[in-house]
Amino acid sequence: MVEFLSFREGDATQEPAVTVEAFTGQTNATAVRVEPGEDARELLPYLDRLSLVEVNFPAYGDGRGYSAARILRESGYQGELRAVGDVLVDQINAMRRCGFDSFHPNKALDDAAVDRALNRYADVYQKAIDGRSPVWAKRHPEKIDG
Amino acid sequence: MYRYDSYDQSIVDARVDEFRDQVQRRLTGALTEDQFKPLRLMNGLYLQLHAYMLRVAIPYGTLSGKQMRKLGEIAAKYDKGYGHFTTRQNLQYNWIKLADAPDILAELATVEMHAIQTSGNCIRNISSDQYAGVSADEVADPRPWAELLRQWSSFHPEFTYLPRKFKIAVIASDDDRAAMRLHDIGLKLVSKDGVIGAEVYAGGGMGRTPMVAPQIRDFVAEEEIISYLEACLRVYNRYGRRDNKYKARIKILVHEIGVEEYKRQVEEEFAHMKQLGLNPPVEELARIRAFFANPAYETGLNEAIDRADPAFALWVDRQVAPHKQPGYAIVNISLKPLTGIPGDASAEQIELAASLAEQYSLDELRVTHAQNLVLPHVKKADLYAIWQQLEEVGLAEANLDLITDIIACPGLDYCALANARSIPLAQKIAQRFAAAERQAELGELKLKISGCINACGHHHAGHIGILGVDRKGVENFQLSLGGSGAEDTSLGQITGPGFSEDGVVDAIEKVTDLYLAQRESGERFLDTYRRLGMKPFKEAIYG
Repeated sequence: MVEFLSFREGDATQEPAVTVEAFTGQTNATAVRVEPGEDARELLPYLDRLSLVEVNFPAYGDGRGYSAARILRESGYQGELRAVGDVLVDQINAMRRCGFDSFHPNKALDDAAVDRALNRYADVYQKAIDGRSPVWAKRHPEKIDG
Repeated sequence: MYRYDSYDQSIVDARVDEFRDQVQRRLTGALTEDQFKPLRLMNGLYLQLHAYMLRVAIPYGTLSGKQMRKLGEIAAKYDKGYGHFTTRQNLQYNWIKLADAPDILAELATVEMHAIQTSGNCIRNISSDQYAGVSADEVADPRPWAELLRQWSSFHPEFTYLPRKFKIAVIASDDDRAAMRLHDIGLKLVSKDGVIGAEVYAGGGMGRTPMVAPQIRDFVAEEEIISYLEACLRVYNRYGRRDNKYKARIKILVHEIGVEEYKRQVEEEFAHMKQLGLNPPVEELARIRAFFANPAYETGLNEAIDRADPAFALWVDRQVAPHKQPGYAIVNISLKPLTGIPGDASAEQIELAASLAEQYSLDELRVTHAQNLVLPHVKKADLYAIWQQLEEVGLAEANLDLITDIIACPGLDYCALANARSIPLAQKIAQRFAAAERQAELGELKLKISGCINACGHHHAGHIGILGVDRKGVENFQLSLGGSGAEDTSLGQITGPGFSEDGVVDAIEKVTDLYLAQRESGERFLDTYRRLGMKPFKEAIYG
């Protein structure tokens, strides 16, 4: 069983994350925690000084955090993007695709199940954040740059 | 028809493997029912009153003879010998054992079918016009767009835990046969300066708060449709209500913030998202479109139909629609026999429909949102032979769009959500109006029954709609008039206090009698209702 999962090089950020409100009101924090109702775009002016964004999933069925993650990555955020809370093995793959690169679930995950979940689908239909080439790009390699 | 390539097949096969793993974990007790529920729901498996129900997707309502035959085989092998065709172009099996579900999915995968996202708070099966590709009035075949959207929406990483379910329909004709504006998003293909694109409607739906979708854009080009829809979904995913599941559909968001504000937010998001390279190249839609090219029609065919047999002639007049190709016709197969269950077909009937498709309809079938079947490419010379075979299995009812062509949900006989039984009521109405002359006299009359407020039976869109409710432990039926799911989309209005099962049948008779007495030349029931308004109908019922 694994309590913390990281797909990043090097050690995970240890700094405790502060709320979005606290973060945008001060200048020295480098870790922030985004709740489901909060607008990830408020963080965009500060991406350079952020080393960790935690996105909280109080309940697995609240999918707002997937959009928050993609928005941050689409805007060029390179730091650690951590899913925390009710994060289950069956959601890990979609979260990886949306740009999460570390996980701190409420309940420890079974490593083997995580491996199976991440490697089960050899192909994907959409372009997302994980750099995987969607099926349509594989079908038309001559049309795709790079 | 679309055929899977190795990529499509590998994704569907992987899903079977994943679901088998999840079911195994449930059967061994590694997963509790609470933990398993969201997983099975993402794959169309519901725990109903008596057994598991499995909902299989029939994307945009098109399938081959081989696929149809497989549906019949599964009905015989794993169910009690029936399949139920739904208002969303899906097929439901009502008597499934959990341990069999992975094997059923594996069998479906062998014929390029699946149950992916037929439930859950995600993008559901993409629905379309059952006459797509064969009606003369469409600007383009909508199915290539629908297939493009099927692929895009399958396992979409961002939109798998939406506030609520999300239904998309694509049509391409001024005649709306898919209730397009009663979907979360409706696309209508249009031609602008010779280029095909989509009008987009958002925020329609039925359920407890019915709404007709307003237009949010008059044209989206094919090369931008995916990024535009991603923008629509992202705004909904971020701002749709999650505090109350009954207010969580996109229609509530669009209604609460207003369509102009929703549009503004979508356009802002779209301006961002169109930069991200999310759209497949136009060659991908062209690749898909090639699968839907016209089949090899014969030319020089005889247009004449031998109408010597009067029962056959009646069926032709009712069930056969014009085809764009000379010598061909579209055959509607009624799944509404007068004593049957609306939308149900036995394994034997499904098998026969598969054979007819292979023999007479260029190996193609359609299913309709009105819970009927269609043979889309039939030579007029073959109509009589088809009718004879349909007669033998009880599928030759001639009632398309008549009062006995009732849409009904499974209701309290099967469904865990229902408050009232829909099926016995549908049968009582069918019996009351059974006489063919009487049905013909009443003409087009779309009657739709839902056994609860979730409106799976589309009662809001019925010319006559019936909603079953529970009143202090007794089934009670509310009557509404004036709805339409066609291009003249409208929502029915409740007549007044509800009725018992027999009472509502009597009330229907009163409103149809009033229609016959008051109609002007050429008016359908719906037209007369719209001209006269509710008052005289109310007086006829309660006066």
